Amino acid sequence: MPEITRDEVAHLATLARIDLDDAELDHLAPQLSVILESVASISGVAGDDVPPTSHAVPLTNVFRDDVVVPGLTPEQALSGAPERSGGRFAVPRILGDEQ
Amino acid sequence: MTDALIRRTAAEMADDLAAGTTTSVALTRAHLDRIAAVDGAVHAFLHVDAEGALAQAAAADERRAEGATRSTLDGVPIAVKDVLATEGLPTTCGSKILEGWVPPYDATVVARLRAGGLPILGKTNMDEFAMGSSTEHSAYGPTHNPWDLDRIPGGSGGGSAAAVASFAAPLALGTDTGGSIRQPGAVTGTVGVKPTYGGVSRYGLVALANSFDQVGPVTRTVLDSALLHELIGGHDARDSTSIDVALPDLVGAARQGAGGDLSGLKVGVIRELAGDGWQPGVMARFTESVDLLVGMGAEVVEVSCPTFVHALATYYLIMPAEASSNLAKFDAMRFGLRVLPEGVDSPSAEDVMRATRDAGFGDEVKRRIILGTYALSSGYYDAYYGQAQKVRTLITHDFGAAFQQVDVLVSPTAPTTAFKLGEKLDDPLAMYLNDLATIPANLSGVPGISVPSGLADEDGLPAGFQVLAPALADDRVYRVGAALEAALTDKWGGPLLDRAPVLEGER
Repeated sequence: MPEITRDEVAHLATLARIDLDDAELDHLAPQLSVILESVASISGVAGDDVPPTSHAVPLTNVFRDDVVVPGLTPEQALSGAPERSGGRFAVPRILGDEQ
Repeated sequence: MTDALIRRTAAEMADDLAAGTTTSVALTRAHLDRIAAVDGAVHAFLHVDAEGALAQAAAADERRAEGATRSTLDGVPIAVKDVLATEGLPTTCGSKILEGWVPPYDATVVARLRAGGLPILGKTNMDEFAMGSSTEHSAYGPTHNPWDLDRIPGGSGGGSAAAVASFAAPLALGTDTGGSIRQPGAVTGTVGVKPTYGGVSRYGLVALANSFDQVGPVTRTVLDSALLHELIGGHDARDSTSIDVALPDLVGAARQGAGGDLSGLKVGVIRELAGDGWQPGVMARFTESVDLLVGMGAEVVEVSCPTFVHALATYYLIMPAEASSNLAKFDAMRFGLRVLPEGVDSPSAEDVMRATRDAGFGDEVKRRIILGTYALSSGYYDAYYGQAQKVRTLITHDFGAAFQQVDVLVSPTAPTTAFKLGEKLDDPLAMYLNDLATIPANLSGVPGISVPSGLADEDGLPAGFQVLAPALADDRVYRVGAALEAALTDKWGGPLLDRAPVLEGER
């Protein structure tokens, strides 16, 4: 059943924010097709009346007491930053050329 | 002397410390020496903290001298899988994207180890972000199986399993998303437990698939796993999926099981987890183990779980979907690697993110992110992710029906013994099949244990026996696991690991 094309993989890589070069696309596309083919076997296994499960042991309304507890200090939060500027994370420009 | 120290079980080490016949510093130093001697060949560790571990050991000895020990295992050293945040110690998840990252906080389970007084020897190797069944997907090179250095130690927690199998640590923490504690246990002749989902805190565990991930013990004996499980388990307000119910008496269950009486226990053999593709030697050890359970008074019946045949496909849709979402946080902005794209003047944040994720993630991680992105994309969502979530419900129904008939379910832990390094590295589907028997428990959240069942006749390599119990009944896997372990150890005339080959560098 489902065939995943090289172009589709390139599109998905864009959605997932990963640069893939030509060699990686050539390698990944057929592998993903094989995997998809094998997982496609589940289509039709469960009817419309079967509810989905999103968590193994469902819990509802999990709250904690509304009291302030210590979090990370600014220094701790910034300790792994690739680049910082004073007490802030420094990031590349956010807007693209066309914006 | 050193050899006599490190070959003791963790429970025996705790007894020795209590009796004053050894010290935590001596124990910790013996394990650090062992790591120095054998880990060049095994490569179970990504980071060793000799100085920190010895300081923690000295503090444990001081506490003991003052009569202020903090837990049964106070002073017994431990290794921690590199997917758990450790304040002050590097945490890489086996990935280049986190190379050199030192977390500013401890995972709850790590905080509980420190509160219990266990010196942390170091961080163990793993498949990148726990994606794999062989530890070959580590960005820092594979771990080697102590039984045969040319073979895989299982995965993703091959480092933790190989560390305890090579006597480089008496205890280790692992994580199990689709079998990453139990399958490495099976192929290295060690014990591993996946607790009930929510039974052990996930706070500070770098998520692969958060609705499956569970932290658990990696040890050489069932009792040692029970001791460690009781230390790390229980409710944590920092994990909203943590179950607010007291743990059953796990140590008591292990001790009871070791007594060898299983009368009144009903055991179900899962029909769907056998047949073509299952190695004859693995099946032979499994059948013998079932016979031993019968000999101890258990009643054994065959049970069918028809939707288990769809478990692998279900898992390989839901897990990549969750992983693709969880790994979106590696955006090169707040922590971890940042790579600037080549030949781009003034790159945007998105350009940097794309270049960083290409350079920082390995092949398997990219495969699963793309697959997960596909399964979640509009037009495919209902056919893949939605359908998989429904099949997940059916698998839970199968467990429910089975546990109406029996107290525990059993199967071999993995279909084969350890294969050669490199053999399945570029064949994802063949690699995924290793998790056939372990995945149903993750889909449904039930607890499972793997205990060594012996050596397969074909290759002389370890095989594993899996016991599964209903959610929250973790004590049952300890009772049955300990009973089988006692019967097999008696039959063998000693622990299975006594038959492992001598490692280079060993005295």
